[in-house]
Amino acid sequence: MQAQVEAARRSETGVLHGRKIIDEIKASGVEFIPCLPDIHTSEGLLRPLWREPGLKMIRVCKEDEGVGICAGLSYCGKRALLLMQHTGLLDSINAIRAVGVEYELPICMMVGLLNKEPGVPPSQSKHYGVRVAGPILDAMGVAHHVVETDADVGVIRQAIEGAYAQGHPVVLFIGGQALP
Amino acid sequence: MTMLRDEALRLLARHVTDDIVVAVYTTAFDWIAIRNSPLNYIMTGAMGLGSSHALGLALGRPDKRVLVLDGDGSLLMNLGTLVTIAEVAPRNLIHFVFENGTYEANGSHRTPAHGHVDFSGLAQAAGYRSCHTFDDLATFANEVGGVVGEPGPVFVTMKVEPGLSPKFDYDYMHGPRVRKEFRAALAGSA
Repeated sequence: MQAQVEAARRSETGVLHGRKIIDEIKASGVEFIPCLPDIHTSEGLLRPLWREPGLKMIRVCKEDEGVGICAGLSYCGKRALLLMQHTGLLDSINAIRAVGVEYELPICMMVGLLNKEPGVPPSQSKHYGVRVAGPILDAMGVAHHVVETDADVGVIRQAIEGAYAQGHPVVLFIGGQALP
Repeated sequence: MTMLRDEALRLLARHVTDDIVVAVYTTAFDWIAIRNSPLNYIMTGAMGLGSSHALGLALGRPDKRVLVLDGDGSLLMNLGTLVTIAEVAPRNLIHFVFENGTYEANGSHRTPAHGHVDFSGLAQAAGYRSCHTFDDLATFANEVGGVVGEPGPVFVTMKVEPGLSPKFDYDYMHGPRVRKEFRAALAGSA
């Protein structure tokens, strides 16, 4: 019986719902979302975000544009979250270095970890891009967190609030396939 | 024909009031020598991102006009910004590119395809509301007032050569003082 309860609990908490992520994003006071699509978060998160009232979506051509947009908004007292794939994060390292870290600005990023294996920590992924993203951010002194299941979504609000309160960038990796 | 950049900036400065002015690299140093203001935003950090910062500012403060003083080398690093800005279409954004055909801050090496690239043509194709090109001061002097009064996004190519030899004070540009002053000035600016 206990095993069945435990299995049921794992089943319940082992998934990630885009709805829960969106609720946390909105509870964090985020108003603008510069974004590029990532197949990892496409259906469960990005498409529902476009339908979500109260959020202003901005299609960008390249991820580092979003870093600049978030910076400009931050001076206006407006909160933003840049949504992208981990490949875009790697492509934006110089912008994050200059604008986020050196200028001490709250550049908040939600990053799909495409190809991350379910239940496997990013550091142990067999995919090089997934494996190195965290250590690169560590080397830069950029805080990062992994949101794998619904049980992890509470970190989203905490991380965004902290970034705006203290003036630093933060990365929220989406490690699980977000379900609609 | 070309214009001396500082002379063109002096003409532009006559039409700037309490606007936010996002200026990049060499043009930024020229600009702050001509019109120092806490609403100058010179801390764009990574090359190419000036207009992206400006888009954020334009969206965050739709009550204020935002002028971008971009460079051609900078814009070439972020051409997608033209498409992004055109889609968002902020009415309060005026995007100047000062085209001198070189990466002036990095030794004045020539930019790719200088003389062939039509920046205003690119912006028009991307969907900017109106686009202009100026290569002589007299025409610019006559038209600049009307251009900066148009609803954005407006794009303006300025064919220039260096005029002033500005002081390259990167510690000031990237230091905390300009960010603090800008934040306070913007918060206090109706």
